[in-house]
Amino acid sequence: MMHPQDLTPVVLTLKLATLSTLVLIVIGIPLAWWITFSKTRLRYVVETLVTMPLVLPPTVLGFYLLLLLGPASSVGSFLQHYFDVRLVFTFTGLVIGSVIFSLPFMVNPIKAGFEAIPNSLIEAALTLGKSKRDILFKVILPNSKPALITGIVMSFIHTVGEFGVVLMIGGNIPGKTRLVSMAIFDQVEALNYDAANFYAVIMVAASFVILFLFYLFNRRIKVF
Amino acid sequence: MVQFNLKKKITTGNGPVLLDINVSLGVGEFVSIFGASGAGKSTILRMLAGLAVPDAGSISVDDAVWFDSTRNINVLPQRRSIGFVFQEYNLFPHMTLRENLQFAFDGKEDSQVIDDFLNIACLTEVQGFKPQKLSGGQKQRAALIRALIRKPKLLLLDEPFSALDLPMRFTLQQEILKIHERFKIPTILVTHDAADIARLSKRVLILQEGVLHEESQGLQIPKQL
Repeated sequence: MMHPQDLTPVVLTLKLATLSTLVLIVIGIPLAWWITFSKTRLRYVVETLVTMPLVLPPTVLGFYLLLLLGPASSVGSFLQHYFDVRLVFTFTGLVIGSVIFSLPFMVNPIKAGFEAIPNSLIEAALTLGKSKRDILFKVILPNSKPALITGIVMSFIHTVGEFGVVLMIGGNIPGKTRLVSMAIFDQVEALNYDAANFYAVIMVAASFVILFLFYLFNRRIKVF
Repeated sequence: MVQFNLKKKITTGNGPVLLDINVSLGVGEFVSIFGASGAGKSTILRMLAGLAVPDAGSISVDDAVWFDSTRNINVLPQRRSIGFVFQEYNLFPHMTLRENLQFAFDGKEDSQVIDDFLNIACLTEVQGFKPQKLSGGQKQRAALIRALIRKPKLLLLDEPFSALDLPMRFTLQQEILKIHERFKIPTILVTHDAADIARLSKRVLILQEGVLHEESQGLQIPKQL
């Protein structure tokens, strides 16, 4: 039997995925722009760092975030001492961890979209006196709609399915940082397979619906 | 008055060549640059527009210096007051024709000016179409008025007729002449087609091995390049 409070992990997961995706939109678009159009070699370093969460085990990333943001670290103690902000085992910490972990899922598709835009269009805008900001918002982004939607959907759905990073940095605290993926793990450990199945079905159904709608509509979006 | 002397090493089909050009254009003058494909004609226009950086030299338009290698001046393309009609037109595919013009016109909703230009180019009927629905001739005219609507100090035409069939080419050449007569903007046309020049330009510069020669200096336009 399920109780209303059992939906808390679902609500928390959706809240985390939504917030992380919003933050990723704000930082992912300029980052993708910079990586695509920058001419410095530093971009290769940044590109590599952005993509590393794709290849690293989530526990490695979670471990280092735990060390970096924990009260024993200089960053963690600075934030706690001067701003009374604690990041580990809090929802804010989860958002930070998710943003870093899902960064390649937002940046890489958008970067691919930007790279596909003919340079001649950008040159045409330059000869019309347009600033870089105008070119980004009025030429590049409108011509990158499928890439943007891919980045947004993949980031959201990837955050929904996170386990390792959020477990390490969030601590699996009921009502605060316990997400659906952790709730499934807890219920299986307690041999409550019905409850685990309840959460698992929600995950499978939500993932299927989101991906189905994405594939259905993304091909229909006409850039031109 | 437009003056430029520019040097740039480029690689052509015949190997590396030093572009070394020195040109002055009078007020409202229409000059054609004629040369083989890959000889560096488009590079000249790109340097004037600020899309390519010369190795050395200077560009001045009226009282403004756009480029001067000795004084380390290189004005950004967006601050150069140029109109550039590209070979492939480069109209923005997500905008209608009218939106392309509004975007060029600094986003100002000055409908009368845009209406006038649409009327000049006989494009009023198709102003709501996106570029992929326009014919080759309509795209060419659209690119031309988009370049002109900002009233640039220098108009650059990069092989603008290459994608058009002969009748359309002839019609549009007449329209360009009419528009040039009306706006008197110094214009440089780049082409590898001698027929374009015969119809359009009194002054012709021939690009050979990186150097521009006045046609009147005894050089004749070859029938085939």
